[in-house]
Amino acid sequence: MDWSILQQYGPGLLSGFGTTILCWLLGTVFGMALGLVLALAQRYGARWLNRVIQVYVEIIRGTPFLVQLFVLYYGGPLVGLRLDALPAGLLGLTVYGSPYFAEIFRSGFRAVPHGQIEAARAIGMTEASIVRRILLPLGLVSSLPALVNFSIILTKETVILSIITVPELMYQVQRMSTETFRYLEANLVLALFFWALVEAISNAGRWLEARITKHLVERT
Amino acid sequence: MVSASSVEIRKVNKHYGTFHALKDIDLVIPPGKVTCLIGPSGSGKSTLLRCVNFLEEYDSGEVLIDGTMIGYEAPGKKMPGRKLREMRRSIGMVFQQFNLWPHMTARENVAEGLIRVRGLSKSEAHRRAADALAKVGLADKMANHPSRLSGGQQQRVAIARAIAMEPRLMLFDEPTSALDPELVGEVLNVMKTLASEGMTMVVVTHEMGFAAHVADQVVFMEKGELVGVDSPDRILHHPEDARIQSFLRTYHERNSF
Ligand SMILES: Nc1ncnc2c1ncn2[C@@H]1O[C@H](COP(=O)(O)OP(=O)(O)O)[C@@H](O)[C@H]1O
Ligand SMILES: [Mg+2]
Repeated sequence: MDWSILQQYGPGLLSGFGTTILCWLLGTVFGMALGLVLALAQRYGARWLNRVIQVYVEIIRGTPFLVQLFVLYYGGPLVGLRLDALPAGLLGLTVYGSPYFAEIFRSGFRAVPHGQIEAARAIGMTEASIVRRILLPLGLVSSLPALVNFSIILTKETVILSIITVPELMYQVQRMSTETFRYLEANLVLALFFWALVEAISNAGRWLEARITKHLVERT
Repeated sequence: MVSASSVEIRKVNKHYGTFHALKDIDLVIPPGKVTCLIGPSGSGKSTLLRCVNFLEEYDSGEVLIDGTMIGYEAPGKKMPGRKLREMRRSIGMVFQQFNLWPHMTARENVAEGLIRVRGLSKSEAHRRAADALAKVGLADKMANHPSRLSGGQQQRVAIARAIAMEPRLMLFDEPTSALDPELVGEVLNVMKTLASEGMTMVVVTHEMGFAAHVADQVVFMEKGELVGVDSPDRILHHPEDARIQSFLRTYHERNSF
């Protein structure tokens, strides 16, 4: 192994890692937001809306991310949707993650005991207040482990964005590999960066979970 | 003294699918009085109680709170949500499982409705929440989350949450059934205090002692039917209906040793 090439490629790899984190973070945040909207629409929306969402969920979950990204990036311009690589990648990640996040929120909401919702109805709270004050806080808490888990899965999906030339870590690693034939070193760097990212996310998740469930668990 | 509501239930029917859960129920609940609902499990007591604040929708008949039908504007025509919420503001409910909101402290649980429903400022709501909690003997537990309270304390918080809204009618659905025996008394005592203040109360209970001593009238239900309405003495000590006699015999057998 020869690590001297890192002098030349280090900055590129670092910036690739930065782009990876950015894509992951925004893709996760937007995907969660869209998933939350979908889950709420399924819970409170009309029957037909529920059906439409169900079809969307089936399509997105039933196709590979790579295919979705191709359709978006290369097929998009045919219908007037012309996006640069990075925005296309972010949109792709958002869409790809949304049905999974929606499902996580849906089961999180189901975990909120119905009696606690009824108690709020019984004192005359509006459904909007109930969602904001009871359903969301409690539903999010029970969703948290699954949310963290799926965000970790999403970190690894970001490498696919290299295929539409988003300059994230995988893209930089491939550039370094093909220019220097240092496949081993390049991929070790890739693995190391991902390991660090995943480790950081799961630690943050554990910390957050311990913090917000502090009052919710019965003291034994 | 708070003003107290009356409830009139007329020919109320309720089905779950093909199952007939309430059969032509007629019942008058006088203002300022305590009405206890007793009967075997599955007889429809909870269902009837929940029709009174329309947590359960009845199929036909009328439930009138101070002369106004709850849930429907006319038979078959639902009332708008805003009107229903307005009526619910003056009806408190206490559940068997307490149903406190676990992410809020005792005080926040009580203040929530005052803020969201009554529109009080946070500080005013918290002041009144403190008063309500003091009234149920929990002045020193205000900052506790439900997970740090015993069952009896949780149920008293739930009662405080309801009375802080200054209801004219209180519904209790087996408020002591989920409690360890030694915690039942503290909850019943709070309920006795409320009764002595002239609140209209409807209480589904298996505590025959409470029914005998506190109730003004006792209602016996079985298989979705209202079998008898009378004074506690006549229902609990001198029942004429064989179904009531049989229920009480079973009750006494189970509670003697
Ligand atoms: N949501 C429901 N769906 C179907 N059946 C129900 C439902 N709620 C209650 N029932 C049935 O209605 C009957 C009366 O129930 P309930 O009012 O809870 O009885 P009680 O409170 O007297 O024990 C029972 O046979 C019960 O199984
Ligand atoms: Mg019941």
